[in-house]
Formats: sequence, C-alpha cells, structure tokens
Amino acid sequence: MNKPPGVVLTTGSTSLLQEALFAIHTRRHTYDRTELFTPWMHAIARYKLIDYLRRSNPGLGDVPIEHASELMALADHEEVESSIDLKRLMAQLPLKMRRAIQQVKLDGLSIAEAAQQSKISKSAVKISIHRGMKALSAAVKPEGKS
Amino acid sequence: MKTDDLIATLSTNVETVDRWQMSRTLARAVAVGAAVTLGAALIVLGCRPDIRSDAALASLVGKLIFAAMVTVLAFIFLIKVARPGEQRRGWVILVALPFVGIVVASTSLADASAAGWQPMLMGDEWWRCLLAIPIIAVVPFVLAVGAMRQAAPTNFRLAGALVGLLAGGLSAAGYALHCTADSLPFVALWYGGTILLCTLAGALLGPRLLRW
Repeated sequence: MNKPPGVVLTTGSTSLLQEALFAIHTRRHTYDRTELFTPWMHAIARYKLIDYLRRSNPGLGDVPIEHASELMALADHEEVESSIDLKRLMAQLPLKMRRAIQQVKLDGLSIAEAAQQSKISKSAVKISIHRGMKALSAAVKPEGKS
Repeated sequence: MKTDDLIATLSTNVETVDRWQMSRTLARAVAVGAAVTLGAALIVLGCRPDIRSDAALASLVGKLIFAAMVTVLAFIFLIKVARPGEQRRGWVILVALPFVGIVVASTSLADASAAGWQPMLMGDEWWRCLLAIPIIAVVPFVLAVGAMRQAAPTNFRLAGALVGLLAGGLSAAGYALHCTADSLPFVALWYGGTILLCTLAGALLGPRLLRW
C-alpha cells in the first residue's frame, strides 16, 4: 500500500462514502444523459475524496490523482456505522422537511399520499424533501470548513 | 448511520429530475444578469447622447455583437464545465475567437499612421471603461456564481474564469450603451482587456466560491 504520507482516511471512510452518495443524489441533475454514467459518478466521488482530504489534512495541498484509487480501496464496504445517526440528523431538520422525508423516503409513501396526509401541495412535499436532503447532506460532512 | 440505510433512503421514491434543469438555472441567471446590467447602465450611466446618428448606432451594434459573442461562448462552455468530469474541455479555447477577431479587425481596418494610434487607443474615457466594466460585472458575476453552485463543477479555476468572462461580456454590453469611444483599437484594448480582467478575477475567485 503506497499511501501518501500524512493522509488519514480510515476513520472517515464511511462518512466520506455517505457524503459522496448524498452528492450523487443531490447533484443528479448535472448528469448529461448523452455522456457515460460511470465517469460522471467517478468525477463526483473523486471530487468528494479530494475535498475530504483537503478538509481533514490541512496543509496537504494537492493529492496526486494516482493515489485516489488506492485510497478508495481503503474504504471498507462492510456494514460500518458512522458516528452520525440518521435519526439524530433528522431531528435537527424543521418539522416540514422531517415529515416529508419520513413519509416519502422512510415510510415509502408516494408524493401524492404524503401531500394528502400533511395537507400540503405535492410540490411543497417535493421542495421539503429536496431542501431536507440538502440539509442532511451538509450535516453529514465532517466538521471543517467547506 | 448505516450506509445501506442511507442508500435505501436516498433511492426510495426518487423524483425524476428535469434534464434541462441545470441549463435553465444558468440561462435564467444570464437573462436576469443581462437585464440588470443593461438597465443599470441606462439608468445610472445613461444612454450615449448621439445615439440617433448612424455612425454611433453602427458602432454600438458592433460593440454589442462583440459582447454578445463573448457572452454566448462563455455560456456554452460554462454549461459543460458545470458538470463533473473532464469531458472534451479542449474546445474551451474557442472563447478566444471574439478577442482574436476584434484585434485582427482593429489592426487591419484602422488604417492609421503610427501617430494616429495614440488617440485611437487611449481615447479620452479609457479609465471609465476600465472602472465601469468590472464594477457592473459584479452583478452578473454573483448571479452566475449562484447558479453554478447549484451545479457540480470540478474544475474551479476554469469554471470561475468562464463565469468571469460571462459577467465581463454582459457588463461590456451594458457599458457599450453609454460609451462614446468608437475606434476599433479602443474597443479591442479596453473592452477586451477589462473583460479579460474579469476572467482573471473569476479564475482567482473560482476555487473559493464554487465548492459544493
């Protein structure tokens, strides 16, 4: 394992993975369907990795891109729980966003059903989910300037 | 949080996204930026007083075409750079075309003796141009940065430079409504130069402003 000196990744690999998953989700409108999918996804993952390294290793400057795939290999894909708990994160959200995400994303209701239950419009549900997801993905980011 | 739970959460009832969403957000920023820029130039600086003469009108149209070309090219490449990844970025050099065009035109069309160059280049309001274009450009710059932050650029220098170029182009169009210096070399130097200045500022600010 030819690890660049001074790079600590093992502790944060799960939160990095989750951050990247969030980013792929919230930025999916930037995917151009006429292009290949994998390079798009890799570009996001690579950006999140470099961004993460920059934040967690101040003074590291640039990480050579050749190391990126090796660093990726460190991320364990087993069931590891990050220190962040979805429920705790959700609790920080405003009620409207929390309810919309709970209904649609966790309980599996359709947008229309959720709108009916909460007596708000369908687009309000969509907006709540969208904003809530953005807030959650910001909360997943480990501390540090971004 | 377990990653599998997160994946399940994210993939439950995913709404389809509009494939034009990103282009539309950027286009809206440009449209609002153009309206504000032109409006501000007309209201704050005022339209050039000799607008009714044919020569002034022709010169204004020429300047607007130059500024519009800069803006349109910057916009086209900005949409590409707003997506993550490095696909076919070499074409971005095409944004230099309007600049090359105006420099070539000003050296060939402006038939002047060496002594004639000085007044053509310096005019008497070059400093206004130098001040006004970057100042006006702040508004479209901020709007375009806001739109880019909704997207996912990964090359911040290039993205920032293109945002600066776009803002400079829009701003030059606005300033052209007011400016009465009509010689081609003047436009090439002071319009082209200040737009490049905006581009440079964008490239410097990009890595700070465009992270997501």
